[in-house]
Amino acid sequence: MTERVINWFKYASPQTFYPLAGRLIPWFWALAALFGAAGLTIGFLLAPTDAQQGEGYRIIFLHVPASWLSMFIYLVMAFWAGIGLAFNIRLSGMMASALAPTGALFAFLSLWTGALWGKPMWGTWWVWDARLTSELILLFLYIGFIALQAAIDDPRRADKAGAILALVGVVNIPIIYFSVKWWNTLHQGASVSLTKAPSMAAMMLWGMLLCALGCWMYSIAIALMRVRTIMLERERHTDWVRSLLDDKG
Amino acid sequence: MLEASNLECVRGERRLFTDLNFRLAGGEMLHLQGSNGSGKTSLLRMLCALTPAASGEIFWRGRAIAKLGEEFRSELCYLGHQNAIKEELTPLENLLSSAELAQETLAEDAAFDALAMVGLRGREDLACRYLSQGQKRRAALARLVNEKRALWVLDEPYVALDAAAVELVASLIGAHLQAGGLAVLTTHQAVAVPAGAVRELWLGDADARQRSQ
Amino acid sequence: MLTLLRAVIGRDLRLAMRRQADIVAAMFFFIIVVSLFPLGVGPEPDQLRRMAPGVLWVAALLATMLSLPRLFADDHRDGTLEQLALAPQPLGLIVLGKVIAHWLVAGLPLVVLAPVLGVQFDLAADALGVLVLSLLIGTPALSGIGAIGAALTLGVRGGGVLLSLLVLPLYIPVLIFGAGAVDATVSGLGPQAHLSLLGALALGGVFFAPWPTAAALRVALE
Repeated sequence: MTERVINWFKYASPQTFYPLAGRLIPWFWALAALFGAAGLTIGFLLAPTDAQQGEGYRIIFLHVPASWLSMFIYLVMAFWAGIGLAFNIRLSGMMASALAPTGALFAFLSLWTGALWGKPMWGTWWVWDARLTSELILLFLYIGFIALQAAIDDPRRADKAGAILALVGVVNIPIIYFSVKWWNTLHQGASVSLTKAPSMAAMMLWGMLLCALGCWMYSIAIALMRVRTIMLERERHTDWVRSLLDDKG
Repeated sequence: MLEASNLECVRGERRLFTDLNFRLAGGEMLHLQGSNGSGKTSLLRMLCALTPAASGEIFWRGRAIAKLGEEFRSELCYLGHQNAIKEELTPLENLLSSAELAQETLAEDAAFDALAMVGLRGREDLACRYLSQGQKRRAALARLVNEKRALWVLDEPYVALDAAAVELVASLIGAHLQAGGLAVLTTHQAVAVPAGAVRELWLGDADARQRSQ
Repeated sequence: MLTLLRAVIGRDLRLAMRRQADIVAAMFFFIIVVSLFPLGVGPEPDQLRRMAPGVLWVAALLATMLSLPRLFADDHRDGTLEQLALAPQPLGLIVLGKVIAHWLVAGLPLVVLAPVLGVQFDLAADALGVLVLSLLIGTPALSGIGAIGAALTLGVRGGGVLLSLLVLPLYIPVLIFGAGAVDATVSGLGPQAHLSLLGALALGGVFFAPWPTAAALRVALE
């Protein structure tokens, strides 16, 4: 047991994690390209045209994975932040800050594609649908996290403050989601729900899953790249970064 | 009673000190010295468990202060760089409310006496914003008069004080040490404390020490 | 424990009383924001009546934001916050005291003003009653949740704007149930469900929020 713990902490040090991440990144990129290509092929070429929504519905192959990922990444981010706060591990805090922009990107993509879909479906760019509204609030939470970390100069303090915010956010997300849903049913919002396509063909589901996997792999690859940059920036005065840069220079 | 082992302090990208060790027993005072920016205040804040040390540990009565928490804080009196004086309140209100927040009982008579002792007689009921810098510092130091907690951590206690007040504070510290208390303080003034053993600790490089001696 | 709470509340109230201008400014901000809406959307009573709960609640959120930055900033500046953090009691308890004091000086005045402003919007008596009740139940949650943001942005540059960015999204449930309670009354449904959910939020906000707030304060003091 102790052995394994030590082993894990070994990879928690930036010095050992940096080269490991470097070796993993190309694989995740390759997987992202593979899954993405497969998913989009199914989505755009093989999946049947929807009887009610025509070709326009195909945006869900990006919209739904983006929504999933935006929520999932917030959980992962809060998880890393919490670990970092509880055990005082530097790498966890860096992971959390590396994930935030990607999560915000997906939240934004989800809103954008939602609007693009809404125009032909409902004849309007924006409806105060419960899901879209929650997604918007999620984007606000991401932006708050990023802005808070950007405003604090000391990276350790930024990590800790961000972690507290992320944890508070995670507790609040279900409450917010529930309250928005409540508000929506009370005010008779949109009757068409974005993800509740009437009868999802198996082919569509596959396309969506593959696209989601592609987005997932992309997120891992980009987060690892970002965390490597953060490591270099924060540890630029340590010996290992110096020797690394000397080797390259 | 108070022991520091292998303390390291990192501020931003600079390592201020490393491998700092000391041990302080009851009745002893630690006089921290060093040039500006050598990490004196940082060390004091570490001793109060306000700032975590980059590495190393601090023990109080043989137990790590990070684990002690409230138990340690109930024996600690910290006087920081800032006076912790509310400008809107009078010296009397400040003294009483700080005692109340520290969960100590302080009778109003005792508070009046303490303020008189630090030379604020007649100004007990004047809002602190009308006091001079030195008087505000005196109002802050009035806390020490009835302070019974074992460990005093004082950041520049003599700053902004006149000679008489400096002597008064030194005698308060002396009495505290004589009662078996501990004190850690920083100061640039050479002030003799009437009782107790004084240890000195230099922070920063040896050159700075040479120059100032 | 109770003596400590009383000490913290007493101290903060006394400080607030010596600085009444702040309280009055926040109250006038509330009044002005609410009064601007009829000028912006026109004076039709029907429309105003429908908008009133939302407008009053949004204005209450904004007025709370105005007083939040000073919740810890003054104590931080003069070193009192360090003393509070070094007190031999849990910092969360002290924060709870400060949150209650903040509600008494920033939240309660809004509750008192609300009926007068509700009359501007031609609200019926029962809706006015529910409006006051919803603010009475909901504003403590605003103080509690806001304290987290105030602690996180302590000593951070651009703190005030950042504070709104962090806190306002977290206020959304309070806004929905608070304004929803009045809406439900106006439209003939009972406000009970909204009010009890609002009560749950307030309890959570007041009694759980002090702990992350205390953690954030310790981070800010490092």
